[in-house]
Amino acid sequence: MSRSNLLAFGILVLVLGLWEATCRIFAIPIFILPPPLIIAQTAVLKAPLILPHALTTGMEIVCGIGLALAVAIPLAMGMFAWPWLEKALSPFLVVSQAIPVFALAPLLVVWLGYGMAGKILMAAIIIFFPVTVSLLEGFKSCDREFRVLFRLMGAGFWQTMRLLYWPWALPHFFAGLRVGVTVATIGAVIGEWVGAQKGLGYLMIQANARLKVDLVFAAILWLSLMGLLLWFGVGWLEKKSIHWKENQQIL
Amino acid sequence: MLSVSGLTKTFDQQPVFSGFTLTVTRNRFAVLIGPSGCGKSTFFDVLTGVTPADEGLISWQGSDVDHLGDLAAYMHQKDLLLPWFSLLENSLLPARTGGEDLKQARQRAIQLFSRLGLDGYEKHLPHQVSGGMRQRCALVRTLMFNRDLVLLDEPLSALDAITRKSLQSLLLLLQSEFNRTLLMITHDVDEALLLADDLYLLSVKPMRVVEKIELYDDKPRRFDNPELLAIKKTIMQKLEGDIDHVS
Ligand SMILES: Nc1ncnc2c1ncn2[C@@H]1O[C@H](COP(=O)(O)OP(=O)(O)O)[C@@H](O)[C@H]1O
Ligand SMILES: [Mg+2]
Repeated sequence: MSRSNLLAFGILVLVLGLWEATCRIFAIPIFILPPPLIIAQTAVLKAPLILPHALTTGMEIVCGIGLALAVAIPLAMGMFAWPWLEKALSPFLVVSQAIPVFALAPLLVVWLGYGMAGKILMAAIIIFFPVTVSLLEGFKSCDREFRVLFRLMGAGFWQTMRLLYWPWALPHFFAGLRVGVTVATIGAVIGEWVGAQKGLGYLMIQANARLKVDLVFAAILWLSLMGLLLWFGVGWLEKKSIHWKENQQIL
Repeated sequence: MLSVSGLTKTFDQQPVFSGFTLTVTRNRFAVLIGPSGCGKSTFFDVLTGVTPADEGLISWQGSDVDHLGDLAAYMHQKDLLLPWFSLLENSLLPARTGGEDLKQARQRAIQLFSRLGLDGYEKHLPHQVSGGMRQRCALVRTLMFNRDLVLLDEPLSALDAITRKSLQSLLLLLQSEFNRTLLMITHDVDEALLLADDLYLLSVKPMRVVEKIELYDDKPRRFDNPELLAIKKTIMQKLEGDIDHVS
């Protein structure tokens, strides 16, 4: 283990240890603050209860990612291909960022009901912006000399996109996606808080109302693990698709 | 034959060149040498259609063209190899974008790899080989364009002296073995003297041809030849005179 890993692990153990000790020494009731061991126990023992909710939330996030990418990728390509389109749309993109998306959650329930659709849309809206912007930036960052070369080779726009711009922009794309998926997890849960029939956010609200604080924490633990899974999933995908960079580091 | 006449390009009311005229005969090696910032790369940009000329005519093989964007191959100081493609895939790019038969193109590329000393490096990624190797690969790619005219913008200036030497002899191959017409920019007088048939000395901005020097025919040349040394001396004097003129 590297020194920084060791330190991170040490800090984690220390915080959990302090937490556990505080709960025991001051005999804090479980419905106020459960100790970590109890939370871990609940997270494992209540897995059959939690799992379906986790699947729902996970599904919402994954569908949200899919929806966001389905719009963001063509849009970024279009704005790159036609600068007038970028000029026309970029004010909207900027303004849309000024809207606190989480505040839309109650409206989405009114419009789309208690099902998954509203949460998917919420996650998608959140992911959409960083992906679109960073992908577009990635396309634009392509060196002029490479563009000139492709011009002289007589490559059309789509061919240049496939062979040059897209691989060039991949690191930017993944940077945007990483930011997006992390926040999208929060978005889906907030959507569920406001109104849902299933999902980890729904479970948390229900458990909270019944003072089952250990279950609330267990749900948070599951949510965190899902967030980590997404984070590493994106990282893995990034490594796979940007294989030439990985090789560079080895050498 | 490439012929350029009355070419004018102005940036911010400052002419980079105005009424620039130049002729390159087929299968000759023409070299432009001039102070940096005098407009050489801009000239190539105009030739390749990257930026439009304000005025002037460009003609190739007797017929007027807007630019040479689809008639010339181009080699840059940077190798411009895509890091996500192997050397072979990189060299095949002109064939791919040109819609050629890839199987045949691959055969040809592999032959060129061995001719230019890149045997066994076909599958390597650009970052896995030296700068000299990368520039050799860029040279293969340039040949894969299948275009008679090759524009070279300081193609070797990023390389160390020894690597540059071996690449210079490969540039001569472009002419002698592959029958290309070459127009090269360099700021290395020795390189120009070793490679050029026609050497054009350029002025500071606004760029114009100060003098055209036709060098004797037999190549490869060596610097123990008194004739070459004499020419070098004249050129150095002219270039220095130009610098004095500026300061
Ligand atoms: N896009 C541009 N806009 C304004 N000035 C330019 C532009 N490109 C080049 N120039 C100017 O034109 C002159 C010639 O540049 P360049 O052709 O790159 O010189 P070099 O002979 O070193 O290749 C320089 O003075 C440069 O400042
Ligand atoms: Mg230049």
